[in-house]
Amino acid sequence: MMVSQLTRGERQGSILIAAAVALCGLALAIAGRNDLLGVHGAFVLVGSVALIAFLLSRLDSPEPDVSRRPSEYYDDPIKVGIALSMLWAIFGMFVGVWVAAELAWPSLNFDTAWLSFGRLRPAHTTGVIFGFGGNALIATSFHVVQRTSRARLAGQISPWFVLLGYNLFCFLAVTGYLMGLTQSKEYAEPEWYADLWLVVVWVTYFVLYLRTIARRKEPHIYVANWYFMAFIVVVAILHIVNNLAIPVSLGHAWSYPIWSGVQDAMVQWWYGHNAVAFFLTAGFLGMMYYYLPKRAERPIFSYRLSILSFWGITFFYMWAGSHHLHYTALPHWVQTLGMTFSIMLLVPSWASAGNAILTLNGAWHKVRNDATLRFMFVAAVFYGLSTFEGSFLAIRPVNSLSHYTDWTVGHVHAGALGWVALITFGSIYTLVPSLWKRERMYSAALVEVHFWLALIGTLIYVFAMWNSGIVQGLMWRTYTESGTLAYSFLDSLVAMYPYYIARTLGGFLFLLGAIVGCYNIWMTVRASPAAAETALKDLPDARWAEGTATTPAE
Amino acid sequence: MDIDHATAVAFSKSWGLFYLIALSIGVLIYTFRPSNKKRFDRAKKTILDKEDRP
Repeated sequence: MMVSQLTRGERQGSILIAAAVALCGLALAIAGRNDLLGVHGAFVLVGSVALIAFLLSRLDSPEPDVSRRPSEYYDDPIKVGIALSMLWAIFGMFVGVWVAAELAWPSLNFDTAWLSFGRLRPAHTTGVIFGFGGNALIATSFHVVQRTSRARLAGQISPWFVLLGYNLFCFLAVTGYLMGLTQSKEYAEPEWYADLWLVVVWVTYFVLYLRTIARRKEPHIYVANWYFMAFIVVVAILHIVNNLAIPVSLGHAWSYPIWSGVQDAMVQWWYGHNAVAFFLTAGFLGMMYYYLPKRAERPIFSYRLSILSFWGITFFYMWAGSHHLHYTALPHWVQTLGMTFSIMLLVPSWASAGNAILTLNGAWHKVRNDATLRFMFVAAVFYGLSTFEGSFLAIRPVNSLSHYTDWTVGHVHAGALGWVALITFGSIYTLVPSLWKRERMYSAALVEVHFWLALIGTLIYVFAMWNSGIVQGLMWRTYTESGTLAYSFLDSLVAMYPYYIARTLGGFLFLLGAIVGCYNIWMTVRASPAAAETALKDLPDARWAEGTATTPAE
Repeated sequence: MDIDHATAVAFSKSWGLFYLIALSIGVLIYTFRPSNKKRFDRAKKTILDKEDRP
């Protein structure tokens, strides 16, 4: 499928690019032969050579009809992107359940460095945020930009380069952690060579997106694209600034950041919080502003409100990062600035959540009957809840209770599971039938099962972490009459035990839901190929105008 | 002139404020300009079209 839409020249071009990447891999493998860098170089080399072999074997397969291109969207990379996203979801969530279990039963690391919490935890966060979330963002952005611009993607090879290049980055990141490679910056753990590679991939992504928008036949750029573009642009800026580092040598994976001390901390959390803002929020709001109206078959409640909240979110979030550094060496006024902007953020955040929910006002019967739409509705509710919680936790005195406790972990997961993952599943269930030209998902009942597993799992997880976080926070600040701490750290750890088990269970249910989702998607893709054949020929007939392919209500 | 902490603070507390206010005014004008109403209405409705080709 990957090459069937490429001409022979484009296949040769792809081979050249893969060969260039293979050479980079070879160079890293040789220069880093005495270091773990060499292992990564070898991975890159082997992967690129395998890709070249695959392309060579398909070099002479039938070529596409190029004249049809302007009248057809380019969906192959989107399909692969969705598959990769779901695979990463299973991997990332499985590792998440595993590390959660390790906290309750530490012997699950089997006394190996590879399985230690410190190495697996970033594998979990990278797997779910960048693997699952990132692939979903790339796939849906390719879909949304084409449909809302009524233009085909402005490139044949570049979408593949972006998708596969991005997954190479994720692969280097996760394998690096397991081997012990990290630059110890949260959500920015990969080392310099992986960071440089991501810059190349990301700039290509941005250029591709802009060129597609430039081809648009619609006069106005639909608001979902604004969110996707903010996601692409700002992530590029954040990534470059936070990862400015000098490698120990070109043959060594280690590097030192050019920032030091409190500046380094501030740059890191300016990055870290805006990763939440622009990776985990802006892009997913882009999904919400397209797939929710589409599925509900109702236009967004207020287009003007969506514009106001867009500019509010982009310009307020930029200043909120310092709330991660309350009570540190960071100047007090910078902490206060972060706190103030975090509270102001509630306005554009609730404007978006409210806009989504009000769009559904009058279509509650659809929310009740259609689990796909319900995924997106509950996501909007969780978005509202977790942005409220976030503004609250950013207030300095509240932060003195919550910081360094599981409350933070609970907050992140209310956002990541309740908002990010649910809006993604809702979008994917809307997208898959239309992409593969099926009337609906293979099983509406399984979507329903997935919905309840995800919701119950999220609730168990979040409630467990709220309890454990507040218990921790209180135990750490309880003093005896003589002014000493009433509890040792170990006391608080023992008190966590039941919550850690509950959290593992919540995460496991969520994982189970994702597995059900994968099965459902797989069966949808496989189902009735005969029907698909006729749909693929897609003549502009009456059946098409009825809209069998886009958003059927189940 | 040395660029030190005080310079950065002075800059942030003056120009930082002004450009954010200017930006807000600009956004409000763009959003509520009557001549933009038609484009916005069209944008929010056309994404619901069923036709799935460029």
